[in-house]
Amino acid sequence: MQKVTREMLIEKASALLAEGKVDRVLGWKNGEFSYDVTPFVFTDVESMKKDFVFGDFAFANFSKYLIKETKKSENKVLVFLKPCDTYSFNQLLTEHRFNREKVYAVGIPCDGMVDVSKIKEIVGDGIISVESGDLIKVETLYDGVKEIAKKDVLAERCVNCKSKKHVAYDELMGEEGEILDSNRFDEVAKLEAMTADERYAFWQNELSRCIRCNACRDVCPACTCEKCVFGNPNSGVENKAASNSFEEKMFHIIRAFHVAGRCTDCGECSRVCPQNIPLHLLNRKFIKDINAFYGDYQAGEEVGSRAPLTNYTKEDLEPSEAVNKEEN
Amino acid sequence: MRKISLSNLDKLFALISEKAKLYLPVDGKNGIASFKLWEEGVQMSQALNTTRSAKDFFFPQTENLMEFKTEGKNIEIIDTRTEKEDFVIFGVRACDVKSFEILDRVFLSEPVDSYYASRREKGVIISLACGRPAETCFCKTFGIDPASPEGDITAWKTATDLYLKANTEKGEKLLASLDGITEACGEEAVEEQKKEISAIMDKLPLKDLTTDKFGVGKTKEYFNSPAWDELSSHCLGCGTCTFVCPTCQCYDVKDFNTGNGVKRFRCWDSCMYSDFTLMAHGNSRLSQKERFRQRFMHKLVYYPDNNNGMFSCVGCGRCLAKCPISMNIVKVMKTLGGKEND
Repeated sequence: MQKVTREMLIEKASALLAEGKVDRVLGWKNGEFSYDVTPFVFTDVESMKKDFVFGDFAFANFSKYLIKETKKSENKVLVFLKPCDTYSFNQLLTEHRFNREKVYAVGIPCDGMVDVSKIKEIVGDGIISVESGDLIKVETLYDGVKEIAKKDVLAERCVNCKSKKHVAYDELMGEEGEILDSNRFDEVAKLEAMTADERYAFWQNELSRCIRCNACRDVCPACTCEKCVFGNPNSGVENKAASNSFEEKMFHIIRAFHVAGRCTDCGECSRVCPQNIPLHLLNRKFIKDINAFYGDYQAGEEVGSRAPLTNYTKEDLEPSEAVNKEEN
Repeated sequence: MRKISLSNLDKLFALISEKAKLYLPVDGKNGIASFKLWEEGVQMSQALNTTRSAKDFFFPQTENLMEFKTEGKNIEIIDTRTEKEDFVIFGVRACDVKSFEILDRVFLSEPVDSYYASRREKGVIISLACGRPAETCFCKTFGIDPASPEGDITAWKTATDLYLKANTEKGEKLLASLDGITEACGEEAVEEQKKEISAIMDKLPLKDLTTDKFGVGKTKEYFNSPAWDELSSHCLGCGTCTFVCPTCQCYDVKDFNTGNGVKRFRCWDSCMYSDFTLMAHGNSRLSQKERFRQRFMHKLVYYPDNNNGMFSCVGCGRCLAKCPISMNIVKVMKTLGGKEND
């Protein structure tokens, strides 16, 4: 497969800017240590040449950013979308969250993002630089240069990648990939195999670490309410901190229900959690159940699809059947 | 100076535990270290620092201040205070120890916050020098020496021993009570480690970051800087940076209706949140840019303005590691401070 490089993306952006097709580029900006990449809107090629990066740490899913970005100008914005980002892109269009006409989407291939915390588990603190490749070269303060196989430090969502296929774009760079058979429901199956008490203890332990920073909500492409009920002082349930152990679970459970059927499983929630809570498992449980009860459904696969939970058909299963199916 | 062999660490922890509750960093799942109560069998984490800072001990995320119970026309006020026990925190790093001084200036100035004050009084801090600072560390920028952290007692861990030196009366009292299992020693090994740490500090990627461009009287220079637009443009408005920060000290006081009474509690608040400055008249900070600017101006300009030039950042690097979009105080300082700061 032809590798799409940083230079090729800059060249593409340069051409589109010159043609006047777009007047700005939503991309990734270089940070201090190779891995701390920030979303950034570039307006000229010079600054892209200086600061634009594309590689193992370009994890930010830009689809949600388009809601704000498309309101800033009458002109189109160029956005680079990895395969999994395109599912969020479509889902947001289904929900009429941004104006498609104001976006020029370029699909770019992705061979997985790297989780820097996994690198740190191997090399410890003191990372000076990280060089991409199948073998990642990590230079550290304490142990010189170490080579790590990329597959060993892939982000969880990339280990269980659901699709290398872009479901939305104006233009595609590189070769199109395919929808994959992932093992993404294995962890959910493990939770299902637990007794109710074990499962309760599992979530109690995980969610007790929550500090209610709301990063999971704020990064989530399915969480686009103008005003979240948990951030609204007039709602009666707004809390800046969990007031007790019930309340800390309630926030996450309500959120998981709210995005059920709309969550594309992009994995941003777990990526940004400062306490490493595996929040994606809550969402995946809903996805797995929807697949089992209503037939396979992938949110964001196409624009305008009627999600099983918001659509009525005569063939829908009765709640009692669902319970029986769950038990068997 | 006293020392104890690392193989006897458990004995040390057990002896301290006999006197007061002992908390130390413990590894959890998924690489998250946090302060936990020591009991037989609990192993100290080797991590450089905890994800949440040590401010939690004095300024917990939530705390019940009092309760009210109503019966007819009577209101009963119930004292729910819990901050009455002595405790010892072991393994606090230099950055977090310094953060206590920053918090003290807020909570211990008049009117004194008695909840915070009694926790400070009850707590004994044993700090630990940083043998292996991370790339995200920049405490030196704020004049902090990770080789000689402050605290009631300072500890240094070498390959074989733990060295302890008391800095305060509280520390001397605790250290003297451990005489039975520690031995007097010279300072050679500690001096050696200090040199090693100092050499590492000179290699850290952020070693040249300075505060020269910030501090007292800089409000006008930076408040209307056009750079804030760009810096804040993709801020998610989450509270991660504020909640992992050892010096962020803003809180909200709320009443929780229990059905037949009221629980009045205090909880951390974040200037990044949209309702942070919401008042009866409305909100004075309507955009994320204003909220974002507030956080960094507070650390770099407003706090120094009110505290003889002292900055309210300690360079612990938690926000560098945890911000979902990797935007942080270092990038802000470099952008506002210009090329010389790069």
